[in-house]
Order: sequence, then structure tokens, then C-alpha cells
Amino acid sequence: MSSAAFVIISIFTLAAALAAATLRKLMHAALSFAVALVGIAAFFFLLGAEFVGLALVFIYIGAVAVLIVFTILLTRRHAGKDRGFNWSGVAIAVAVFGGLTWSIVKTQSLSIVAPHVPALTVKRIGQALMTSYVWPLQCVGLLLTAALIGALVLVMEEKR
Amino acid sequence: MSKSIDQAFVHAKQWLLSWLAGSPGWVVQVASILINIFMLLAVFLTLFALISVLERKILARMQNRYGPNRVGPFGLFQPIADGIKMLIKEDIVPARADKIVHFLAPVLIAAVAILTLGVIPYGRNMTPFTIDGGILFFFAVGSATELAVFMAGWGSNNKFSMLGAMRAIAQMFSYELPLIISVLPVVMVVGSLTPDRIVAAQAGYTFGLVPRWFAFTPWGAAAFILFSVSGLVESNRTPFDVPEGESEIVAGHMTEYSGFKYATFFMAEYIGMFAVSGLATTLFLGGWHAPARILEIIPSYVWFLVKLGALLFVYIWVRGTLPRTRIDQMMNFAWKFMLPMAFTCIVAAAVWHYASRGLRGWLWSLVVIAVVYTALSILLDTKRKFAPRVYRFAE
Repeated sequence: MSSAAFVIISIFTLAAALAAATLRKLMHAALSFAVALVGIAAFFFLLGAEFVGLALVFIYIGAVAVLIVFTILLTRRHAGKDRGFNWSGVAIAVAVFGGLTWSIVKTQSLSIVAPHVPALTVKRIGQALMTSYVWPLQCVGLLLTAALIGALVLVMEEKR
Repeated sequence: MSKSIDQAFVHAKQWLLSWLAGSPGWVVQVASILINIFMLLAVFLTLFALISVLERKILARMQNRYGPNRVGPFGLFQPIADGIKMLIKEDIVPARADKIVHFLAPVLIAAVAILTLGVIPYGRNMTPFTIDGGILFFFAVGSATELAVFMAGWGSNNKFSMLGAMRAIAQMFSYELPLIISVLPVVMVVGSLTPDRIVAAQAGYTFGLVPRWFAFTPWGAAAFILFSVSGLVESNRTPFDVPEGESEIVAGHMTEYSGFKYATFFMAEYIGMFAVSGLATTLFLGGWHAPARILEIIPSYVWFLVKLGALLFVYIWVRGTLPRTRIDQMMNFAWKFMLPMAFTCIVAAAVWHYASRGLRGWLWSLVVIAVVYTALSILLDTKRKFAPRVYRFAE
């Protein structure tokens, strides 16, 4: 059952990702990117990592996708204009793929059988974040607050 | 006797599933999921039809007129007539619109609204889909509404649609923050993101009389009010219907929609309202628990529906009473008042917890909330009575 679900979700995600890379209109590409993220969230659900999947949906679809779509809307004169073929993108994609393949092939202990781990509940993640990882969490919070205030200051400049 | 009525739906489902005894496990699993989905859709689409006519009746009563009274007894068959009208209307798609995005926007917005209904406990053992982070699921899925609204506004290729969508997204983003942060005190006190656990934590009575609902603690009451107001904004209803202000931008992101697609938007708005009210009931009003021990003979799902109905009535009442707010007033209110108050609720809940959750904690958390509320009221009172308005805008 779960392997069938894996195949279906893979096809769905790959199709959406391909659409995001190849569609002529930039806005369509951005929306298919959001669909691909739904597929990745579904993978996390399939693996039993509910929290990570939900956080992915929350952050990437609720915020990042809307941000991308707005950026396209506000910066482009013709949001529907065709985009040309981008050779540097191909080069980067091939480089990333090659690097990943190399590191996967080089890895010594590639165990296919999943090790037995206790279910990753939201409660355990919360406890880990609030005890052993409290300092990184606070630092990230501080950084994000600074970024937020910085963005506000950039925008708030008034005309006199 | 009362126990068997309480579990009637659960037993009915088990009886239906017993027909499948002997078939492989995944068939039973899929059948169980399908029954849940079917029941959810049946109940909430009926409720949508009922509320759409009741709302018109109640609004009419508040405005001293009759309201719909021609179709069926007391106009109760009005939704059927409306549905037929919407179905046979011409579906107009603008020539310059983005056909696919224009079509997908109402589908996505309705799907998201229905998905959020899945995690709410409607009665004892009556949660359609029990997942570990149910509350998180509700907000994660709900946040896709903004993308759907943007798709509607952009896909229509119309300036009114785009303006409406931008307003809608601005207000939904701003009020999503107090909406989620006002849930955090409950999650903190219960120590779980599962709706069933949150409802279970509100069982029992203080002094054998007052139910232990979170709405009866100072932090819970404040968070409940913040949550309800933010929920009202999220569902884009009067007095917060700036995105579809018909006097300024026709109908906002729904300008270019007609016929059944418009009806889908309408349905999504109502189902979103049911979902937010249902979650407010679960979080603050004790879910399906009865308000007194003697009333526990009445089945749990009836209590849930009564509380849901009360909240919906308040939403309709507010719509019939208040005029539309201005967009800058709304934004100021969200960032300067709602957000600090939501954070205060977290502190007050912590105070309540560490003062042993008794009468002392109750009073101390009341003090925290009262102090912050008064301070905010004094700080935000600008004292400028009739000054020329200062415009602030991004360059």
C-alpha cells in the first residue's frame, strides 16, 4: 500500500516540478512549484513525520509561495511574458545532480531497511526544541525579528 | 440508554463496516475514510443551505422586514431555489482571463475549507481524522486560502479582482498572526496539539458547578474573543469585508465569477466560518462537553451543534449590527492591539499555570490581562482629535 502511494506521490511531485521548470508563463510555473511542495509534504506524511510535512505546507505554501507570486506580480511589467531558455540553470541543475549522485554513491553504509525509530510526535519535537536546542531556536528567532524590523525600516521611508 | 444515543453514529458506522468483514485491511480503511468524508459533506452542506436562509431571515428581522418567505413554509426551501438558479446561470469566463487559474481558484478555496473541517471533534469518539498535530493541520491547510484568493484575483485579469485579492491577502496575513497566537495558550496549558486531548482537558466542573472550559478563565476569555474576531476577519465577512467592498471595487476577487463558481466561493466562505467556529468551540467552549452535569444525558454531538449555532448566530448578529471598517483602521487594530493582547494571553496562561490553576491563578492572570489592556488603551489613544490625516506608503 505504502509503496503504491510512494509511486503515485513521486509521479505527482515530479510532474509538478517539471511543469514548474518548463511552463512558459512565470506565474503558472510559480503555482506548479507550490503543487510540487504539496507532493513533498505528502512524502513526509508517508514517512510518519507529520510535523515536518505540516510545517512545510504552512511555511512554503502559506508564506513562501504567496511571496514568490507577489514578487512576480510586483516586479514584472508583463507577468505573462514568455521566458527564454536559461542555459546557466541547466548547468546548475546538472552540477547539483552530479554532486548528489557522487555523494550518494560514495556513502558507505547505505542501508535500505529503515532503522527502528520511535514515532516522531509533535510533543517530542517541542521538548527537543525547548531543552537541548533552545539556544539555536532563540538565535533564529532574534535573526528573524531583526530581518522583520529591517524590512519595515526599508519600507517606512517617508516622502517629505 | 443515553449512552447508546450518544454513540449512535459511531455504532452505525461500525455496523456499515461490518458488511466488509473478511475483506483485506486496506479496503476497510478506505471505506471508513469514505464514510467519514460522506458524513462531513452531507452534514455541512445541509448546514450551509440552512444557514444561508436563516442568515437572511435573521438579518431581515434585525432590519425590520420579512426576508425570504415565498418558497416553501417560512421560505425554508429558498436554498433549493437558489441552488437551481446558480446551476442554470451562464458561466462567464473573461476572454483575457487565465482560463486554468481562473477555473482552479474556486476549486482550491472550497477544497481547503472542507479539509479544515476534518480535524474537529464533533462528539464523543467522533473525530473524522485523528492526527497528532490536528490544530497545526487546521492552520497549515487554511493558509492555502491566501494562494487561492490570489489565484482568483490574478486569473481574472481585472483590476478590481487584483485589488480585492491584495486587500484580502493583506488582511488575512495580518489577522492570521493573532488567530494562531491566541490558540497557543490553550496548546501550552493542555500540552498537546491534538483536538481530542484539548477537549478531554476541559472535562469536569469546578465546585461541581462551573464547567472547566477555557473560556471561563481570564486568559481563555481574552483569547476566545481575539480568536473569534480574527476568525471573523479570516472569513471575510461584514464588518471586515473590505476585500469585496461593493461600493469601491465591485466584488473584489469574485468580480469575474458567475453562476456556480460564484456559489462555490460563497460556500467556501460559509464552510470556513463553520470551521473557525467549530475550532473556537473545541478550543475554548469545551468542545462537545455539556455545560452542567445534569444535562449530560443529551448526546455530545447535540451540544457541539448548539455551541456552533450560538457562535454562528453571533457572527450573523455582528453582520447585521456593524458597518464596514476602513482598511487602515483594521490593520492598525491587528498590529497594535490584537497582536500584543494575544502575546499577553500566553503570559497570563503561564501565570495561571504556575499559580496552581486555582482561584489565585485566576485572579493573577486577570490582573495581567487587565494591566496590559489598560496600558494599551492609554498608549493607543492618540489624543489628536481633528488633525489632518498623515499618509504613509511604500515607495
